[in-house]
Amino acid sequence: MTPNDLLKRFFGGDRRALARLISIVENEDPRADSFLNEIYDHLKGAYRIGITGPPGAGKSTIVDRLVQNCRQAGKTVGVIAVDPSSPFTGGALLGDRVRMTKTELDPDVFIRSMATRGSLGGLSKAAQDVADVMDAFGKHVIFLETVGVGQSELDIIRTADATVVVLVPESGDSVQAMKAGLMEIGDIFVLNKSDRQGADLAYLEIQSVLQLKPVRGEWRPPVLQTVADDGKGIDELFRKLQDFYHYQKERNILSQKFQERVENRVRRYLEEQILRKYWSPETEKQFQRSLKAILERKKSLRQVLKEFAP
Amino acid sequence: MKERKIRVLIAKPGLDGHDRGAKVIAASLRDAGMEVIYAGLRQTPEMIVEASLQEDVDVIGLSILSGAHMTIFPRVLELMRENGMDDVLLTGGGIISEEDIQKLEKMGTGKLFGPGTNTNDIVAYIKEWCEKNRRAVEKEEVDS
Ligand SMILES: Nc1nc2c(ncn2[C@@H]2O[C@H](COP(=O)(O)OP(=O)(O)OP(=O)(O)O)[C@@H](O)[C@H]2O)c(=O)[nH]1
Ligand SMILES: [Mg+2]
Repeated sequence: MTPNDLLKRFFGGDRRALARLISIVENEDPRADSFLNEIYDHLKGAYRIGITGPPGAGKSTIVDRLVQNCRQAGKTVGVIAVDPSSPFTGGALLGDRVRMTKTELDPDVFIRSMATRGSLGGLSKAAQDVADVMDAFGKHVIFLETVGVGQSELDIIRTADATVVVLVPESGDSVQAMKAGLMEIGDIFVLNKSDRQGADLAYLEIQSVLQLKPVRGEWRPPVLQTVADDGKGIDELFRKLQDFYHYQKERNILSQKFQERVENRVRRYLEEQILRKYWSPETEKQFQRSLKAILERKKSLRQVLKEFAP
Repeated sequence: MKERKIRVLIAKPGLDGHDRGAKVIAASLRDAGMEVIYAGLRQTPEMIVEASLQEDVDVIGLSILSGAHMTIFPRVLELMRENGMDDVLLTGGGIISEEDIQKLEKMGTGKLFGPGTNTNDIVAYIKEWCEKNRRAVEKEEVDS
């Protein structure tokens, strides 16, 4: 496939070309920049929904159900499911697809698994680039699933238009979530696995925690109970997402979000570039030498800091 | 450019039994540094090829214990061809006789692995295949 072929096929709606373009972007292939330039005019402003929460909370099962709702509403869908890479081997086991089978052969649903690949803030960039590619392809709604631990995962979610935080009744979960900063970022909270013991108590607990949270704007993040496995509560969740969308749209919040996203991406990009430029293998070696000097008490920390940034 | 990861889709088609074997392979490939998309149980050939297309994998690996290999592998191959996925390796294993392995390999699958194969052999085979074939594809893309 030549670059021109690929783009022609991409704009012609060829899913394989979409898949290839995503790889090119994800791999930071030399062709990525020019492709991203080419597609930029074709961004249509797909609605980006972030789904996050602790491991195994039921995020993928919920996405699977919501995708069905979107399809019934006539929307085409892209899903980006992010799982961690092993820091030791660089490999990853991406298992979210197993739960995403309800719309498996629907040509208007495109699911892509992504590994975090342990890059310095690069994950968020890659995921957003991939979301752009799906948007330009014509997807109306894009779901981003990440585990709600770790800074870079949260960074991705922060770039979404709407964020759904999924929790489960397990004891202390809401407290953990609060610590992890999940309570701050949720626009809608879901207590999944409500078929389990302790659900009612957990529900009250989450509500009371949310009441302490300062309200920004007029939207009060609701808490919903679901049993994703058999679909209970999912229609209600979908309606809440629609409500939130309209709430944002009426108040011009979506364009604000877009602006924030652009700003954030430029800043992150610059930070990354500066870091890359500055932190060369040479610098790393020097750093290791200085570290040793500090540990051997030959130099003070302050001295070393000044050596690096006079 | 970042290092290009080998992406593999692992599935266990058919209605029978458990996916322990498929999971063991998936974990070994991950430990060898690959990105493994685990598609799970009960996948039809259509689902397998569609998922592989979306994930833009280099390799499709199927674990088949049900005896349905003589229908599933050819059907997957056919669908791959229909979708222009000539640069993707189809491999796999399970309870397959030496005779059937030879027939399927002749039809165009990659190497297939019978019962009792060491997972290291599968890892090595996939690595080697990707090294050889991907370089050719990339060269072609740059040249054109
Ligand atoms: N009891 C119960 N089990 C559920 C419910 N929703 C999902 N599950 C099960 O919980 C397990 C994990 O579900 P996933 O959807 O894979 O969860 P996830 O949050 O995407 O998991 P990771 O991506 O691995 O973090 C699966 O076995 C589901 O079948 C529910 O409402 N009740
Ligand atoms: Mg998941």
